[in-house]
Amino acid sequence: MSAQYLPVLFAFMGAIGFMAVMLGLNHLLGPKPKAALTPAVKFEPFECGVPALQRDNRRRISVKYYLVAILFVMFDLEAVLLYPWAVLYRELGLFGLVELVVFLISLVVGLIYAWRKGALEWQ
Amino acid sequence: MTALLDTLEGTLGGWGTTLLVGFVALAGLITVNAMFMVWFERKVAGWVQGRLGPMEHGPQGTLQTLLDVVKLLGKESIIPAQVDRKVFLLAPVVAFLPALAMLSLLPYDNNLTMTDVESGLLLVFAFGGVSLMGIFMGAWSSNNKFALLGGMRAVSQNIAYELPLLLSAMAVVLCAGSLNLGEIVAAQTGENGLWFIVMQPVALGIYLIAATAETNRAPFDIPEAESELVAGFHTEYTGMGFAVFFLAEYTYMFIVCGIGATLFLGGGDGPLLPGPVWFILKVYFLLFLMVMARWTYPRLRFDQLMNLAWKFLIPLSLINLLATAAVLKFVEVGS
Repeated sequence: MSAQYLPVLFAFMGAIGFMAVMLGLNHLLGPKPKAALTPAVKFEPFECGVPALQRDNRRRISVKYYLVAILFVMFDLEAVLLYPWAVLYRELGLFGLVELVVFLISLVVGLIYAWRKGALEWQ
Repeated sequence: MTALLDTLEGTLGGWGTTLLVGFVALAGLITVNAMFMVWFERKVAGWVQGRLGPMEHGPQGTLQTLLDVVKLLGKESIIPAQVDRKVFLLAPVVAFLPALAMLSLLPYDNNLTMTDVESGLLLVFAFGGVSLMGIFMGAWSSNNKFALLGGMRAVSQNIAYELPLLLSAMAVVLCAGSLNLGEIVAAQTGENGLWFIVMQPVALGIYLIAATAETNRAPFDIPEAESELVAGFHTEYTGMGFAVFFLAEYTYMFIVCGIGATLFLGGGDGPLLPGPVWFILKVYFLLFLMVMARWTYPRLRFDQLMNLAWKFLIPLSLINLLATAAVLKFVEVGS
């Protein structure tokens, strides 16, 4: 049963090997100037040619991204629930269709609510 | 060739040989595809704009990308002082990591696949999410405001467009009644099978738009919009780290187009030519559409991008799903 998933695991290991070869070659072939001879400005964060405005750039993120993420969780769960339904649709009979309509109505009401509340506006 | 295969089979056994040959082929596919696509894209861009594109190295500049790779291999990899070293070095690897696994799940022909997994489609989409983590790791660990902005945009764009992608693919699953990619192809190629592009043209349109956005391609390339964000999430990367992000991007383009060909264009189905050739032709046809879209449409603004996903594509794909389900039921009752 789970033997068919084994190649996927090996694929991950293969990808790690592939990456190791590529990054390792870069490490071997690339120039490695001595740190003492390199001006410190080379290691500063990129800033279009002027001195960096601030050292730490990890700052708080606008809450709008958070709203998008919450909406995504809602719809993604819906997709996860619907995939098994889609596979079994032919066996479910008319019940399957009614179930989908009920499920979608409750979901669309949520989308309309978010829309009306302005959660989808990017201001 | 056969002698070599026999020796391999003697030492590794049949299963090990399949794995080894398969992975070597897939690694070759990844490299050749990326090199070809970069050249092809520059060529198409040239022709679209009335230029010649790369011409210097090899006939029609075909060796250009190979030399670019050699150049990138010989570049110094700079690790800026302010970065989170471990995450910074790991990010390109994580972004690339699922690519090979996703490629090993694609059906290149009826029985030509590394592994025949029952929930193949779901697995491919799940791995697609992992690469996004790599992109955001790179963006966050860079400690650079351009990178961070690019990373945030990449995340919100990818999760917004994941939904139409999943929902449009679901309409196909509904028609095929299976998540197994091989069985989805079989449903299109049987006695009176029809390619799902005929039954699901709307889903194909949604899928292509969402797939373009998922791979951060123009006109949805705001995570790396060079006119405002320098290079977006990979601003601080040099040498191979930079190249690996590109390799990942072009590999994911191949994968989404491969899934598109599997779901809508009948996989390796076609007359005269062998299956894998048809599959590759279909994939590159879809890739050509993606390249043409890049050089035809201007980049979307971020609010337009989010509106397109949430207010148009998601409702449309829900309607398409409902319509598909209803039509299937009526056909069933009628017959």
